[in-house]
Amino acid sequence: MIALATLLILPIFGALAVVAVPGQAARVAAAVAVLSGGALAVLIMAVAKGGSVQILPGGWGAPLGIALEADGLAVAFMAMTVAVTAAAIALAARTPAIGTPFWALVMLTWSALNVIYVSRDLFNMYVGLELLTLAAVALVATGGTSALAPALRYLFFALTGSLLYLAGVALIYAAHGVLDMAHLAEAPLQATDGVALALMTAGLLVKTAVFPFHAWLPPAHAAAPPPASALLSALVPKASFVILMRLWFDAVPDAATRSLLLTLAILGALAVAHGGVLALRQDRLKQIVAYSTVAQIGYLMLVFPLAGGGGAAQPWAAGAWSGAIFHALAHGLAKAAMFLCAGIWIMAAGSDRLDDLRGLARALPMTAMAFGVAAVTLMGLPPSGGFTAKYLMMTSAFASGQVVLAIVLLAGGLLAAGYLYRPMEALFARVVPDHRPVSRLLQAVPLLLALLAFAMGLFSDAVYAFLQTGRPGAAEGGL
Amino acid sequence: MSVALPIAILLSSLIPALASFFLAQESHMWRNLLSLGGAVIKLGLVVAMLLAVAQGAAYEVQLNLAPGLHLLLRIDALSLLFMSLSAVLWLLTTIYAIAYFGTKAELSRFFGFFSLCVAATTGLAMAGSLISFFVFFEMLTLSTWPLVVHKQDDRSLAAGRRYLAYALPGSVALLVAIVWLESVTGPVLFTDPPDLSAVDPVSLRGIFVLFVAGLGVKAALVPLHGWLPGAMAAPAPVSALLHAVAVVKAGAFGVVRVVYDVFGLITVQDLGLGTPLAVAASVTILWGSLRAMQQEEIKTRLAYSTVSQVSYIILGAAVAGPFATIGGLAHLVHQGLMKITLFFCAGIYDERAGAKRIDALNGMGARMPVTSICFSLGALGMIGLPPMAGFVSKVYLGIGALQAGENWVLAVLAASTLLNAAYFLPILYRLWFLPAADIARGDERSPMLVIPAVITALASLAVGVFAASPLSPLGWASLIVAREYAP
Repeated sequence: MIALATLLILPIFGALAVVAVPGQAARVAAAVAVLSGGALAVLIMAVAKGGSVQILPGGWGAPLGIALEADGLAVAFMAMTVAVTAAAIALAARTPAIGTPFWALVMLTWSALNVIYVSRDLFNMYVGLELLTLAAVALVATGGTSALAPALRYLFFALTGSLLYLAGVALIYAAHGVLDMAHLAEAPLQATDGVALALMTAGLLVKTAVFPFHAWLPPAHAAAPPPASALLSALVPKASFVILMRLWFDAVPDAATRSLLLTLAILGALAVAHGGVLALRQDRLKQIVAYSTVAQIGYLMLVFPLAGGGGAAQPWAAGAWSGAIFHALAHGLAKAAMFLCAGIWIMAAGSDRLDDLRGLARALPMTAMAFGVAAVTLMGLPPSGGFTAKYLMMTSAFASGQVVLAIVLLAGGLLAAGYLYRPMEALFARVVPDHRPVSRLLQAVPLLLALLAFAMGLFSDAVYAFLQTGRPGAAEGGL
Repeated sequence: MSVALPIAILLSSLIPALASFFLAQESHMWRNLLSLGGAVIKLGLVVAMLLAVAQGAAYEVQLNLAPGLHLLLRIDALSLLFMSLSAVLWLLTTIYAIAYFGTKAELSRFFGFFSLCVAATTGLAMAGSLISFFVFFEMLTLSTWPLVVHKQDDRSLAAGRRYLAYALPGSVALLVAIVWLESVTGPVLFTDPPDLSAVDPVSLRGIFVLFVAGLGVKAALVPLHGWLPGAMAAPAPVSALLHAVAVVKAGAFGVVRVVYDVFGLITVQDLGLGTPLAVAASVTILWGSLRAMQQEEIKTRLAYSTVSQVSYIILGAAVAGPFATIGGLAHLVHQGLMKITLFFCAGIYDERAGAKRIDALNGMGARMPVTSICFSLGALGMIGLPPMAGFVSKVYLGIGALQAGENWVLAVLAASTLLNAAYFLPILYRLWFLPAADIARGDERSPMLVIPAVITALASLAVGVFAASPLSPLGWASLIVAREYAP
């Protein structure tokens, strides 16, 4: 399918072109974004009408070759990636301290994300993950000397995660001789599979920054330049989450034990609490938003027990699975909007300390609105995309008798209200700030992203239906 | 079934809201035109809908969201009652607000959220299912916050923080109640009460308590009322709308919906929940009045008076007798008219005479006679002097309580009347009988402020005098109740 191939190839060409003509980097990036948007529109129509789209490079299908498949989940994430990246590009083009490396790294990050979304092969996912890690770490490092220490710390964590994941993949290959998920799902479980899955899951948890492996995320995301933070917070942890979802729902749905599912959820709940409480105690906007990412990623882990439990047909499992995807998408859009707001406010006020942001709502009303709408989604208030996610997951929690998980969702929402209220209050303070002007067009960028997150809730019927394209059986039958 | 009219009614305030945000601060004329135009069109559409419904038309619109989620607008008699009230009062408050603010700063934001607030209230009135109700309820919570903090000083910001600190946990309670109930019964539509036999009584009681707690925050049910007096930091038009029709009423309206259309009166009584709710409402009525007596500022005294008066509506819902129900529903309108009059007047005293405190009102009757007459009418109505609106509500509540065998409610009503007199009559005494201070100033040269107050004051007199007419709020409430109690 040409549209899918175009989407996969464009950012790679973009990365090369940026290096070839560094003076035109922003223009190249914008062109890639526009063309990707067009290809994406074609792909969305195709998938909505005819189901998943496959590419078999070289004409070889699995297990000999590698299959790339764009199902509803993959296309939805690709769409979110296009929106977030395009917005980050728009802001970066106006940010003074952005150099050529940034543009090349954004293109590489983008290519890696797309590869991961459409992969069904465990090793191919590893390749994507490795490319993503290196590009993301380097993106953090473009934040200047103060970003080097956080970048290094990120690198250590990420490489450990990669190693764990790779070790697991090796064990799987040794035991089964295949790496394609569809083939793995049909193969009987082997003795070593327990260890292999544990290693892979641990590696992915590190990459996704799930508590207690999250220590690298807040400093790295706070130190990176704002357009990079938007990508890092909105997209990068979601890629390893997609692998985690595909691993448990597509490849080995029968291997999930109750204790494993509960462990994942407990880590998630701790992340919600820990990230939320620490976000309350930060004085810089970017740190608040970064800790909020730790908390929001915690919600995602609740999907495992919500969708799980015995493998008997469970009517609520599909709701939980879709709810988690909704959350990942809405959070990505809203979080990117927040980092872009932070970037614009740093341009205008010179800092992201809450004290320096006081009164900015009067000077930059559109960004204040963007932050507010994004906050509505993160708090899970209706009718935003975040609310749809929360509602779907809460319904499954009540229907499956796991009320505690619903309480985690609600408590997380209240914590989010607490830590997002502080920046809102600062923005609305009655001070006439001394600021540099920012064009209205640039202010509109985060607002568009935030409205997209909001619209996901308003048009959740269509989004929900789209996500069901190529949904794994286990999302309906339960883990 | 017609689809266009409910959507048009919603859009008549949603479009001005969104358009206002994009207006430059200086374009006062466009902004006023938008707000007033929206309000007039909305009122026209509501009247059209009233006429159509009277001839048997039915309205229903549904927007499907994710499975289990939808937005359903469906018109029944109760929604029409609440919607008409909000349409009339919104128009008057818009006129008042335009005069009140003049050309002050940040008005595009103000009128944007102001209209959004009304859109949410209208949606709330039309919501045909629990989850739709929740969506608009939350829209109301959020669109009110920028209005509360509008002045952007420390006091307003503190009030805003307090407001959200109460409102958001309230929303959580409400959402839990809805999801808990719907996880057993499926989506709950108001016209089609759910089969509650599948839920065990203990859970049902828990769900009911969560409902009342969640809605009670907005309805300022003691002890969940702490945010309301602080929210007085908001500008007068906001207080007027907040207390008469928007936030506080949304909570009371929600309680009425839950009691009648979700649980049903019979189930509420069978579960033994009616009397506790009536007790909670009574405590609120008395406590609000007691606290009102201690206040020195006009607006705070009025705020505590709201705490007290809104619970009449809840009391009417909790007592299982048709007359109590009629009294409660009629009070939804009566209290709105009287309270908005009082707040309009409080705003005029502040704006034209600089009087914020009650002791600054001495002799104001001579200098600002029209305002003072309006204020007096509103206050006498609140006390329940015949033939004012408040009297009608209380009579019906009292008869209803007797029918239901809850005789103690009469004592509460009597005590409340005395307390209302105790905190309103001293103000009237100051207005009309005490000499003015030497440096006193004050005039009424702002017709756009005064006329809305005159209209609502006359209306609150009229709904009492003409209560027997089938077109009065009382007649309307009787119609709703006749359907509710019909077998």
